[in-house]
Amino acid sequence: MMAYLRAFGYALPAERVGNAALAARTGMSAAQIAEKTGIRERRYAAEGVSVADLGSAAALDCLTNAGLSARDVGLILFSTGSGELCFPGPASELAARLGLASTPAIDLPIASAGSLVGIALANDLAPRYGNILVVAAEIMSRRISDADPDTAVLFGDGAGACLVSRDEGFARIVDSALYTDGNSAGSLYLPCSGTLQMNGLAVILHASRKLPRAIGDLLSKHGVLPAEVGVYLMHQANGNLLRKVASTLKVPEERVFSNIERYGNTSSASLLIAAAEWRSSGAQPAAGPIVLAAFGAGFHWGVVLAEDIL
Amino acid sequence: MSKQAGILKVIHAVADLQDDPAPDESLFGSGALDSFTLPDLVTGLEQEFKIRIPDNDLVPERFDSVAKIEAYLDKRAG
Repeated sequence: MMAYLRAFGYALPAERVGNAALAARTGMSAAQIAEKTGIRERRYAAEGVSVADLGSAAALDCLTNAGLSARDVGLILFSTGSGELCFPGPASELAARLGLASTPAIDLPIASAGSLVGIALANDLAPRYGNILVVAAEIMSRRISDADPDTAVLFGDGAGACLVSRDEGFARIVDSALYTDGNSAGSLYLPCSGTLQMNGLAVILHASRKLPRAIGDLLSKHGVLPAEVGVYLMHQANGNLLRKVASTLKVPEERVFSNIERYGNTSSASLLIAAAEWRSSGAQPAAGPIVLAAFGAGFHWGVVLAEDIL
Repeated sequence: MSKQAGILKVIHAVADLQDDPAPDESLFGSGALDSFTLPDLVTGLEQEFKIRIPDNDLVPERFDSVAKIEAYLDKRAG
């Protein structure tokens, strides 16, 4: 049983919000924001744009990159932590926009690590459903409060998508591992009505230990050394965390793909936006296996190991 | 080396500090520790005191001052 990563896609709102604009709102200086987070700007969705709007654009980009049409899709998995409604989530709306009236479209209400969870589940479900479209879209800019500047400066909006195929792709998914530890669920959450609540110190403390451990365990299971991995595609949570994971795994920081400087933390969309940019950057085939990894609210975290076959 | 001296050794290894922080001084409040150095502090304590700090104990407030860290280590030892 195996599945493949066939294509990625992404979509970003046009409005760029630099640190200077946030400095005026939060009281932190632009330089402080850049130093503390590694972020220089992020994108904000315009009024009236929905999570499904962004997800649809990313899904269409991904299908184009895959050379497929919507009718080739057997299952949609849509991850978001910032949907407009408590239910239904945006998966069914996305399916309808793609012209699909009976294809199953399932929501994954998991911020941060949701797209990683989607890819891991798609790998297991591909033998049954064929082509699985994993979509993640977030509009976090409407869920932050300037009264909590440490959190507000981190987040941006965007969407990404990944086509996992039973039949073909540029990389074979070797294995995946998913984890949940609900003991610290109160460290990062978003009420249905309210703003994002985050204890950043707790999140990064857990992430900086759990994520490298999970990556190391999966690599070890398959006899791969961290230094042999060609590229680490990770949830773009915070520049510090990306560097911390690299240093714990003893790999060069350049091996961890980063675009957080331009987009900030787009929650569950960030992994797929990063993967799509990496894929379109001409950097592949990777000089070694590909690791996708994410950690976030729940806490949920996980790792997917793939190997380039081109 | 006393426990407090060991704690200060780890703090100085991970934070850019000229002087020893007072026992009750908030390490987060003073800026000595932040999200980047806190994980290094925990790892440093594990190495210095030859212990393993379980995930359930990864609560930032436990590591906010020399006194709190000492209390945590005492509790572990007890």
